[in-house]
Amino acid sequence: MYTFLGIDYASWWFLVIGATFTGYAILDGFDLGAGAIHLFLNKEESRRLALNAIGPVWDGNEVWLVIGGGALFAGFPKVYAAAFSAFYIPFMLFLTALIFRAISIEFRSKEPWTWWRNWWDVSYCVSSIVVTLTLGLTLGNILKGLPIDEQGNYQGTTLDFLNPFSLMVSITTLSLFMMHGAIYLVMKTENRLYAKLTIIVKNTTIFFVLCILLLSFYTLLYIPHLSHRIKLNPWLFFVPVAMVLVMANITRSISKRKYRFAFISSAIIISLLLIIVAVELYPNLMLSSLDPRYNLTVQNAASSPKSLGIMLTVAAIGVPLVAIYTTFVFWTFKGKVKLDEMSY
Amino acid sequence: MDVEILARIQFAFTIAFHYIYPPLSIGLGVNMVIMEGLYLKTGKPIYEQMARFFTRIFALIFGIGVATGIVMEFEFGTNWATYSKYVGDVFGSALAAEGIFAFALESGFLGVLLFGWNRVSPKVHFFSTVMVTLGSMFSAIWIVVANSWQQTPAGYHVVGTGLNARAEITDFWEMVFNPSSVERMLHVWLGAFLSGAFLVISISAYYLLKKRHVEFAKKSFTIGLVVALIASYAQLFSGHEAATVVSEYQPAKLAAMEGHFDSSAKADMYLFGYIDKKNEQTHGLAIPGGLSFLTHFDFKAPVTGLKSFKPEDRPQALNIVFQSYHIMITCGMLMIALTTVGVILLRRKKLFEKRWLMMVFAWSVFLPQIANQVGWYTAETGRQPWVVYGLLRTSDALSQAVKANQVLFSLLLFMFVYLFLFTLFVFLLNRKIQHGPGFHHDNDESEGHSPHLEEMAENFG
Repeated sequence: MYTFLGIDYASWWFLVIGATFTGYAILDGFDLGAGAIHLFLNKEESRRLALNAIGPVWDGNEVWLVIGGGALFAGFPKVYAAAFSAFYIPFMLFLTALIFRAISIEFRSKEPWTWWRNWWDVSYCVSSIVVTLTLGLTLGNILKGLPIDEQGNYQGTTLDFLNPFSLMVSITTLSLFMMHGAIYLVMKTENRLYAKLTIIVKNTTIFFVLCILLLSFYTLLYIPHLSHRIKLNPWLFFVPVAMVLVMANITRSISKRKYRFAFISSAIIISLLLIIVAVELYPNLMLSSLDPRYNLTVQNAASSPKSLGIMLTVAAIGVPLVAIYTTFVFWTFKGKVKLDEMSY
Repeated sequence: MDVEILARIQFAFTIAFHYIYPPLSIGLGVNMVIMEGLYLKTGKPIYEQMARFFTRIFALIFGIGVATGIVMEFEFGTNWATYSKYVGDVFGSALAAEGIFAFALESGFLGVLLFGWNRVSPKVHFFSTVMVTLGSMFSAIWIVVANSWQQTPAGYHVVGTGLNARAEITDFWEMVFNPSSVERMLHVWLGAFLSGAFLVISISAYYLLKKRHVEFAKKSFTIGLVVALIASYAQLFSGHEAATVVSEYQPAKLAAMEGHFDSSAKADMYLFGYIDKKNEQTHGLAIPGGLSFLTHFDFKAPVTGLKSFKPEDRPQALNIVFQSYHIMITCGMLMIALTTVGVILLRRKKLFEKRWLMMVFAWSVFLPQIANQVGWYTAETGRQPWVVYGLLRTSDALSQAVKANQVLFSLLLFMFVYLFLFTLFVFLLNRKIQHGPGFHHDNDESEGHSPHLEEMAENFG
């Protein structure tokens, strides 16, 4: 067994993928959320400011999805193959929405016509929502377990994805990103737009709290395998407790106009939620609802230790570099958004 | 139609559409680095104007490139699950390296490139332009490494049998520097430089024809022309190197490229022609023994022909391989001719007066695009029936869980979306070109004027 610091390579790679998807959810989460609430902003200038708040960073944020997908392909090819072929139709919709989202941001400012800009505003908002919902739906179904056979082939139909639990995860993801995005925009704007956004932050926060409460109760009652490990290890209760405290901190920071704290808090909420996901899934990556022996796990789905060792080296060199220049880019565009001649 | 053919059409369609954009990004990036470098060196505003104008075009191209590229990463898993399981261990590290070293670099600095003109110093901005360009070139490295591994696998061993077989990596560097990756990498980069350079040339020639932005157009034309001249001659050598690797490692592909059937005879090199697959003959105008000479420097040397391979191991679409290859060569030769004539006339200071030539240059943007496309058709259809040469057949690489109607649905979806995208792309590219290199054109008509913007407008005139 190849290990590093007492943890085997495959589990390290599980952590790397977990961290990548958490990074993705925090980063792309705010610009997807900003997109989802875009139509609540009525004025042309407000919409432009909101777009330019994410303008220089959204593309870099989306990279984390590409890295996450690549990392899954590289580290757990069986999971990549099983999941991607199972979620065929949802992923095709996801990709279409991702394309429309990218071009809406890019093309909107290219013409001054009102109908043109309105069309791209709607397209931007709808595609951001579809991207978020399909991501949530995927997560929900992964958590619940899929009918996969011994070969990892999906045996269900597309409609099976639309079960109550997964739909709830999907809506909760949307509410979370909307809150996260609204807080980001509040942080980046001033004057009247800022005032309007504080109201949106409040409403989206209430929406999220309702969703997460409902989801938590439903999970505890109907999906017992998702609270199994926490029940066995009571010290893990600190995670949900921390979530409640951080949640309370969001409202407090906003009323004190400390938006950066509010933003950090919502980022922590996202991390804590994904930590729960990782804790409850490990060592499984995909649960088979047909037979637990068909579960794809960190061990039986991993690439060879040789391959994992190479990739861990790549990650160890690459991640700090990415962190450095991502910080540089965010630092370059720090502060409130101002429109200039290069803006969208 | 069955899943296999639909999945192949879908992959071919989405990758061909995607491949319009990344080469343009790389090539345009190289030209922008030169322009902005000249601005830093000379301080002349015309070079800044040039860098800014082509950056706006770049943004349009890059955006579509990214969006259509993510589709490719997903498609391996959705449509080719067995292939993904087979190659994941080897190929995954290349893809992960691409994401972390290349894609993150280009997308991170893209924000500064597009929006940072007034936020960072010219030097830092130049640095960002270089990083974005390098990022896109690194991206190409990992993709070509992965594809080359499929052409000439190395540094692996096969574990398991049947549906559970997979290739596992044994030597990372042997995988990266597999027999074809360096030659094919250079070939792809040069092709990308050509598409960027000819876009600059074409836009400039258009301005010169319309007598607009004349000074700007002459200067940018010259930059594009020099890049294109160097790249088109270099491509001649790199193309030869790439073909030599094919002759050594993929003889069936080489035989299909020249329609050479006889197992052990001298092989001709066709200028044009067609393959009569049924009678296993090739007709057309040929240099006798040309292929023998190119591969062995001997007009009489025998070259392995298609008949040496079992019918099920030969590429099926022989005419696609043959014609694509010859169209690529023709486009390459035309580019060499055009750039040579261009540079000679430039030195005699007669280039920009020749209207007919400007017309040719304005249309020349299609040459590298066609060459890049058909070049890949040659490489990929020539590799058939294998998806990993000699190891995994394309027909075995599919997703077992996916049904034909799902693939058909997604194929139609992508066709519709890409048609829409392409129409918009052409429309917006045209608008940008029509608008020309003036400053702050994007927003000066919009209602969202801020005092800041007006101040800016005054400063820049």
